[in-house]
Amino acid sequence: MKFKKNMFLTGIALATAALLVAGGFTAAEAAKPQKAVILATTTSTQDTGLLDVLIPIFEKKTGYFVKTIAVGSGQAMAMGAKGEADILLVHSPAAEKKFMADGNGVERRLVMHNDFIIVGPPADPAGIRGMKKATEAFKKIAGSGSIFMSRGDRSGTHVKEIDIWKAGGVKYEGEKWYQQTGLGMGQTLAVSAEKKTYTLADRGTYLALKKNLGLDILVEGDGILLNIYHVIEVNPKKWPKANFPGGKAFADFMVSKETQDIIKTFGVDKYGSPLFFPDAGKKEEALGL
Amino acid sequence: MDIILEGIRQAFILLFTFDREVLGVTWFSLKVSGTATLISLFLGMSVGTVVALTQFPGRRIVVSLINTGMGLPPVVVGLFVTIFLWRNGPFGFLEILYTPSAMIIAQAVIATPIVMGISLAAIQQLPRKLRLQILALGATRLQMVLVLIREAKLALLAAVMAGFGGVISEVGASIMVGGNIMGYTRVLTTATVMETSRGNFDIAIALSIILLLFAYLINLVLTYVQQRERPR
Repeated sequence: MKFKKNMFLTGIALATAALLVAGGFTAAEAAKPQKAVILATTTSTQDTGLLDVLIPIFEKKTGYFVKTIAVGSGQAMAMGAKGEADILLVHSPAAEKKFMADGNGVERRLVMHNDFIIVGPPADPAGIRGMKKATEAFKKIAGSGSIFMSRGDRSGTHVKEIDIWKAGGVKYEGEKWYQQTGLGMGQTLAVSAEKKTYTLADRGTYLALKKNLGLDILVEGDGILLNIYHVIEVNPKKWPKANFPGGKAFADFMVSKETQDIIKTFGVDKYGSPLFFPDAGKKEEALGL
Repeated sequence: MDIILEGIRQAFILLFTFDREVLGVTWFSLKVSGTATLISLFLGMSVGTVVALTQFPGRRIVVSLINTGMGLPPVVVGLFVTIFLWRNGPFGFLEILYTPSAMIIAQAVIATPIVMGISLAAIQQLPRKLRLQILALGATRLQMVLVLIREAKLALLAAVMAGFGGVISEVGASIMVGGNIMGYTRVLTTATVMETSRGNFDIAIALSIILLLFAYLINLVLTYVQQRERPR
């Protein structure tokens, strides 16, 4: 019995030592996240590099520390609805409206837009190049049996894509030509390029990745393809643990003139055209919805 | 092929120009995975040794659970640690989700069964007579355990390497509980995933090469320690 006791004590001692090591680590880092703001956002804002430019400015200005969690809009809103995020930067208007109607958010403000584009292999086997209506182009892709690569992750892009299928009355679920990656925009574009398929992408991510892709923009400019980003502050009444002041500060920052000016020129030097168009203060209707 | 060569070139540029971001990420990866491995050593080796040296009802079940744990998928660990650490979850009061501490916890959970399983096998495979002999020479139980650990050194160092290798290379848990926050919880693997999805394949390859390089260097040191004695 003595033996077991000894072992047990050694175990306890070792475990305590381990906890001390971990504790030291926590103490060392405690200085930084005092006023952390959890920003749940879409992959497109991170993959384009926009947040890498904006967040350091915000942190310097306000002293908040931003924890950017880049997921799809669907997951971002799920995090907001559980009070696990303080502020959302998302692009899935219909789902956002439901989010607000359910009382999960306090204020929802328009930040910027760009647009979705239908991209595909330059050879364009379905022959949709230059078509004016996204719904018609989708019908033609379906009719030709060419493979369409979907995000399949409930992101803003995926939701938009479903809208277009539905608007065109196309049956897509379970069809042989309809494939899903379940990945972010960048990776889905890469898969699409590799397999020479069609896909729906936001222009920002497409432009940022264009050089390695070999996919062409085939359809653009249709009203249904508008891609609008909003910031939503998570409801502090529902989730008292959320950092509401921090979230609000970030939302204010996103719609401030300084930030909007940065958004206006972001990407011009690198890609020749802006990736996003600032819209703060405008009404959604003014964008032509 | 060009892209791989370009990646290798990038890796060397990033390393030898002491690119601050890359060095920071590399150092942080080593720190997180090193700490997690250390914790897993304490927990894994102590429990592994106890289980190896004792008899108790249900022992085989315990051993089979430990062995299954050696293959614990990092994403599963990541998911559960995330749910536990949510602000409104059972350990939300700790407020450590999306921090390095959360990553260390997740990685320790991944590495501990690996170290435990290998330690258990290492200690148990020592001849039973050795134990009796040590005790006959008048050693206390604790001294006996220490001698056994020394005897099993080769295999125990392999446990260290397996545990460290398991966590430095995992991405699923780190990205979920750490969030890949720039300058805070970004490690080499999560940075590689991000750069890949940004289409910066050259940088992604460079980061992978740096990861492999450091994993190799650490294992090289451990191997030297392990192989100090001449082969028997």
